[in-house]
Amino acid sequence: MANSETNQNDLAVRGESEFLPDGWELICGLEVHTELKTRTKLFCGCANVFGAQANTNVCPTCLGLPGSLPVLNEKALEIAAMIGLALSARVQASIFHRKNYFYPDMPKDFQISQYDIPLNADGHLMLPSGKRIGIERAHVEEDTGKITHLGGTSGRIHGAERALIDYNRSGVPLVEIVSRPDIASPEEAREYVSELRSTLVAIGASDGKMEEGSLRVDANVSVRPIGETPFRTRCEIKNLNSLRSLVRAITFEAHRQVAAYLAGEKVTQQTRHWDESVGRTVALRNKEEAEDYRYFPEPDLVPLRPSEEWIEGLRSQLGELPKERRARLVESLGLTETNDQIETAISVELYPFVRPALAAGLDPKITVARCANELASLAPLDDGFEISWFIELLKMEIEGKVSATQAKSILAEVAKNLIPPRVAQERLGLSQLTDDQLTKTINEAISQNPKEWERFRTGEAQLQGFFVGKIMKATSGKADGKAVVRILLALAEQR
Amino acid sequence: MSEMNNMSAFEIAESVNNQKVTATSVVEKSLAIAEALNSKLNAFLALDRDGALRAAARVDSIIASGGSPGRLAGVPIALKDNMCKVGLPTTCGSKILQGWIPPYDATVTKLLESEGAIIVGKTNLDEFAMGSSTENSAYGPTLNPVDLTRVPGGSSGGSASSVAAGIVPIALGSDTGGSIRQPASLCGVVGVKPTYGRVSRYGLVAFASSLDQIGPFSSTVMDSALTLEVIAGFDPKDSTSYEEQMGSLSAQKGLSIEGLRVGIVTEFVEGSDPEVVSALRDAADALASLGADVTEISIPETKLGLSAYYLIAPAEASSNLARFDGVRFGLRVEGSNIEETNVLTRTKGFGAEVKRRIMLGTYALSSGYYDAYYAKAQQVRTLIKSGFERAYQQVDVLISPVSPTTAFKLGEKSLDPLTMYLSDVCTIPSNLAGHPAMSMPYALDSEGLPIGVQILAPALREDLMFRLAFALEGSSRGAPSLDASIKEAINHG
Repeated sequence: MANSETNQNDLAVRGESEFLPDGWELICGLEVHTELKTRTKLFCGCANVFGAQANTNVCPTCLGLPGSLPVLNEKALEIAAMIGLALSARVQASIFHRKNYFYPDMPKDFQISQYDIPLNADGHLMLPSGKRIGIERAHVEEDTGKITHLGGTSGRIHGAERALIDYNRSGVPLVEIVSRPDIASPEEAREYVSELRSTLVAIGASDGKMEEGSLRVDANVSVRPIGETPFRTRCEIKNLNSLRSLVRAITFEAHRQVAAYLAGEKVTQQTRHWDESVGRTVALRNKEEAEDYRYFPEPDLVPLRPSEEWIEGLRSQLGELPKERRARLVESLGLTETNDQIETAISVELYPFVRPALAAGLDPKITVARCANELASLAPLDDGFEISWFIELLKMEIEGKVSATQAKSILAEVAKNLIPPRVAQERLGLSQLTDDQLTKTINEAISQNPKEWERFRTGEAQLQGFFVGKIMKATSGKADGKAVVRILLALAEQR
Repeated sequence: MSEMNNMSAFEIAESVNNQKVTATSVVEKSLAIAEALNSKLNAFLALDRDGALRAAARVDSIIASGGSPGRLAGVPIALKDNMCKVGLPTTCGSKILQGWIPPYDATVTKLLESEGAIIVGKTNLDEFAMGSSTENSAYGPTLNPVDLTRVPGGSSGGSASSVAAGIVPIALGSDTGGSIRQPASLCGVVGVKPTYGRVSRYGLVAFASSLDQIGPFSSTVMDSALTLEVIAGFDPKDSTSYEEQMGSLSAQKGLSIEGLRVGIVTEFVEGSDPEVVSALRDAADALASLGADVTEISIPETKLGLSAYYLIAPAEASSNLARFDGVRFGLRVEGSNIEETNVLTRTKGFGAEVKRRIMLGTYALSSGYYDAYYAKAQQVRTLIKSGFERAYQQVDVLISPVSPTTAFKLGEKSLDPLTMYLSDVCTIPSNLAGHPAMSMPYALDSEGLPIGVQILAPALREDLMFRLAFALEGSSRGAPSLDASIKEAINHG
């Protein structure tokens, strides 16, 4: 797995490894499984939905009944290839293999997967920090069923009295994305998964819900003294169900391995289970116990030979990826790097508002700020919330028809009642006063405060605030401050 | 034997469609003979009297109301018991599937029934189609109706036996290395293995997925042609099925074979019994007299077929048969944990030959051995394919023996797997190449046992193969006389 990218990143590696004792560095690669958002399963017509009653979305094929055969879901293949394209990978001719092992969640006792010739190979993901993480492969495979262990004390396999199997998940399309061991810190692992998740969600491949298991992460972790070239023994950590678990597990495991080496012990190649409740990784099985999967080409499926037209057709459907969205906003705002506002504004929920607003020529700074702050605080937005309303309100604010404070109140009202901003403005009684109405109010203020007016007219500019305050008070804040100043100045000229 | 049971499927369908006989009477007769003979032959693992009569009544009512039930109206058909039909058990001749009733129909089942055919029952086979004598069935061997001391061949022995005995005019078998053609030859009936991908495998319990192919048994060439025309075609449920349309096979009857170039495969002749070779020579002479241009042709690569087959087929089988684990269907022997349940179930459920092949296949796929065995065997497969391609540049079709011997005695080879494996030496190469091949009953040996002739054709050229078969049928003296006790049982039935 060693490659030149790793060496190029050596400097970054040293910088990022400060969480470990001096002189040690982390080497980490991640395997991310993502369930694909398809209507049906990978090899049959059963519905691909989460949360249905157990064993209701099943058929002879996904139950592995004798005589059944798999037929590839073309949509799943398209999404899988789009993942490859989004990760700048090579989408290539490939075949399916059978991975043979006995386990009751695997109805055929083999999994249809890809082995030495995956659909997508040699890609990379650029992190917001600028770090480049290599992607070795992203291949297509079927998910297993789900086992629930009942009885016993721990809810774990050992000691359970019964096991129940739900085959609804059996045959759900998965893409396994295998990174190169380029990840140098737990925080970088979090950043990688987060950016990968955004990318998958942005192209419509996945809903990205780690808590529902639609995104699952295994981490390959090893450590070595800085300056040492060969990799040391790695351990694979499973059961990383959240970004928090991911960071904690890698941190724990790296420290465990360093401690072992410092104590003169060896690290054994193992599969380890992350136990979130106690914050430790626990050995599941050693390499020697690892199964021989007896991979061989799946004879029931034909080889995949994606054409150039097909690939280019998919590329054109990719849309703007998070990295491109980020670059667009950084540039629009005249910045050199991203910030929290931008990261929020490029999310799948908010970017659909940002993009058309910028396209309409609205001020990027106000657009991004309103999205990342006000709009984000109202998330999740109802489907009935129209993008055009947000744009209209931005225009009203930018043109000074409402104040910033008013705009915020109107936005909340729009989101709450799903009404256009002008209607919300009416309801809140925030309709703008006309110039005539304002002039009348200002004249009243002048006649009540003749001395102050005289001083202002003859050059005491600081009295502008005094008058604006009086007008605001008189109009209960409905007046547009900019308009008040404009009229004050005009009146001062006249008299 | 009654008149009706001398009727071919073609004649039955015609008579039923023309209201000369009812489907019900045809099916009644078929069931009666099956019931009379099965205690002797053990050809059927299940007979579906009620279901068959219901289906026959439906066909009759369609005809009564002026409708047309299809090209196989009222034709009783038997399915090898590794093909699914809703409501009937599918055992694959194994204890491990005892009691399993599939909730879905095989594509072939649907296609046959959509043309008015009546499924009367499921026939015996070597367990999971692994064998050449039907002695490997967990439900006892099927006997050869020509001589009850002999095997019918295998693995589709029950289907071959039931057609030879006149129980049904048509039965379906599956052919992975010769499992249709060899029993057809040993029982004296026509047996066809189509091009791989010609007939959908959906609903056929897999033995070796890249080799398995469903095909018909019948007494006449026309009946096989008719059946294959019904069951062939692309199936969206089988990714390996061909989209190319098959030309008419029945239209090949009576076409001239003048100038057709026919090659006798030297390698298949070499190891065969003299009487088998002599029958082949007679067939070659008959073809020559009809104007065919007959030559000998050597395809040395085919000699590697048997060895390659016994790596590829067990390898795929070891994976295909993994699902019989006691978790979801069939036999379950409870252990103290899931691993133990798997082991106990499989130990009790599978017979010796199946276990032997699972072990062979598991070994061939193991890390460190894959390249030397499985990968090498796949290379040999490519070689065999190119050997055939070379031959087909010189000739249009090939002929050869089907089986090196005629029907052997029960128990004669069952203790020596390697000798048994040699039964399929002439048939295996077609499966490895994916080409069509068929067995034509042509002659009888000195003991009155049937000898078949194999006709081989390039991929998707079933039309050529059938043209030759129709031509050869005229000079065939291969219709055997049934065992005396079978004749007696039929007459009393």
